[in-house]
Amino acid sequence: MNAPQRVTTWDVEAVRADFPILAQTVHGKPLAYLDNAATTQKPNAVIDAIAHFYRHDNANIHRGVHALAERATIAYEAAREAARRFLNARSANEIVFVRGTTEAINLVATSFGARFQPGDEVIVSAMEHHANIVPWQLLQARTGIVLKVIPMDESGVLYSEELAALITPRTRLVAVTHVSNALGTINPVAELIAIAHQHGVPVLVDGAQAVPHMPVDVQALDADFYCFSGHKLFSPTGIGVLYGKAELLESMPPYQGGGDMIRTVSFEKSTFAPPPQRFEAGTPHIAGAIGLKAAIEYLERLDRLAALRYEQELLTYATERLQTVPGLKIVGSAPEKAAVVSFTIDGIHPHDLGTIVDRYGVAIRVGHHCAMPVMTFFGVPATARASFAFYNTFAEIDQLIDALQRARDLLV
Amino acid sequence: MEQELRDLYQELILDHKRRPRNFREMADATRTVEGHNPLCGDHLRLFVKREAGRIVDVSFVGEGCAISTASASLLTEALKGKTVEEAEALLGQMVELLTASEAPPDPMALGKLGVLAGVRDYPSRVKCAMLPWRTLEAALSNDDAPTAISTE
Ligand SMILES: Cc1ncc(COP(=O)(O)O)c(C=O)c1O
Repeated sequence: MNAPQRVTTWDVEAVRADFPILAQTVHGKPLAYLDNAATTQKPNAVIDAIAHFYRHDNANIHRGVHALAERATIAYEAAREAARRFLNARSANEIVFVRGTTEAINLVATSFGARFQPGDEVIVSAMEHHANIVPWQLLQARTGIVLKVIPMDESGVLYSEELAALITPRTRLVAVTHVSNALGTINPVAELIAIAHQHGVPVLVDGAQAVPHMPVDVQALDADFYCFSGHKLFSPTGIGVLYGKAELLESMPPYQGGGDMIRTVSFEKSTFAPPPQRFEAGTPHIAGAIGLKAAIEYLERLDRLAALRYEQELLTYATERLQTVPGLKIVGSAPEKAAVVSFTIDGIHPHDLGTIVDRYGVAIRVGHHCAMPVMTFFGVPATARASFAFYNTFAEIDQLIDALQRARDLLV
Repeated sequence: MEQELRDLYQELILDHKRRPRNFREMADATRTVEGHNPLCGDHLRLFVKREAGRIVDVSFVGEGCAISTASASLLTEALKGKTVEEAEALLGQMVELLTASEAPPDPMALGKLGVLAGVRDYPSRVKCAMLPWRTLEAALSNDDAPTAISTE
């Protein structure tokens, strides 16, 4: 069966040409990379920007007067400005570079959470990645905070209206994911933020799975903290962004101590630099930030709304075709989803599925997706997950379906 | 392609996946150990009944992929009636078969268990095949050893 003609202006072949890794075979089959929620591939623009930096400009930043140090510093700060533009933050000082989403949330839990008292509450949702659960549990162990959970229904939609009932005068923060990595659900974060703000409670949004798919405006959302990982946004691993409202960042103590985050140091006492430097102790991932800037500029050259529409067509097509596979159940059927589909097939463990479809060139993720509470909620030990980017094709979905059929032929 | 996959998913493995042997709880087990593979969420509970230095009964329950289920099922078949020393020797051979980087034992010498040798070409799947054997290792060790193990 061939993909139906789609009415789309998206030139996927032109986009694919920008991603050199995609043009390869795996086990003798064309690679169908459908594991974009785990990490995305990198366009030439990003690879070249990193290579250029190491070939021409490499130096440490904020601490040299020589030409290379100045160039490196300018490039690093230009990356901060690109991230500001990307999220539409008011000021580049609201952009803290971190290793990724995980570090961003740990930073907030450690620093913003430093003043939480026993009995203070943090509210998360039922569909969080472990990165937005465990840092709060560590804080719970340190200070005795209470962790509360916004529940979800069988389709993977949050009961957002429950948030108001969960909030008490002791609630210090709501921390929710924008898009679920395990289910694809797009959460109504603007609505959640409005509810929390009515009660004077700030909100952290885990944007790791949102920014690769949709434009995000932190001012329009009125998010207090927003974070994402570069590697899920066509950039290198080891770089990510924590956005924080200036007044919040300014009120927060340092996260780690070291060089670059201080104003003065003596053995009696040190004073700290203002944000964002206060939260960037030590030499950062300079090349990573430069790669992130190149990725943001690459995205700015694309028609992002057309990309989003195209991804939604991929999602619709994948959902339709998957449902034709006997015994296949889709896990997560929210009306608003990013291009992510989790599923199980009766009689085949996801781990076996992953091994078999790999032999047909198809890369998907199998396992608990670092969201064990979600697996428990749906009563499955694991799922298989296909997750798409704007460089994926309808033919790759056909390749996936074909590989799933072969897995059934072999195992069921 | 097909052939390579068939080397991993041989008929014997598929048969044990579909109809696992000794798949039951054991009320009078002398030792019960939980095995868990956090990577894929596989878990199994292995029951061993020892009498006078001999394994008189062995069974398992749990949830896992074809490879770990077949491995557990084959383990129970192979172990029943063996002395503890024989079981330990077999365990050693299986660890070698599945994980030794060079000169692994000849799969043919291990009888039915030899079919598991196919996982050697699938490094990410070795843990699946190993899970029941690691669990057995804990079950055979002295009684104050942990009653839960993890492959990570
Ligand atoms: C929703 C969500 N949050 C957080 C993370 C953690 O991101 P990282 O491992 O890049 O820190 C991920 C990555 O899988 C994710 O999908």
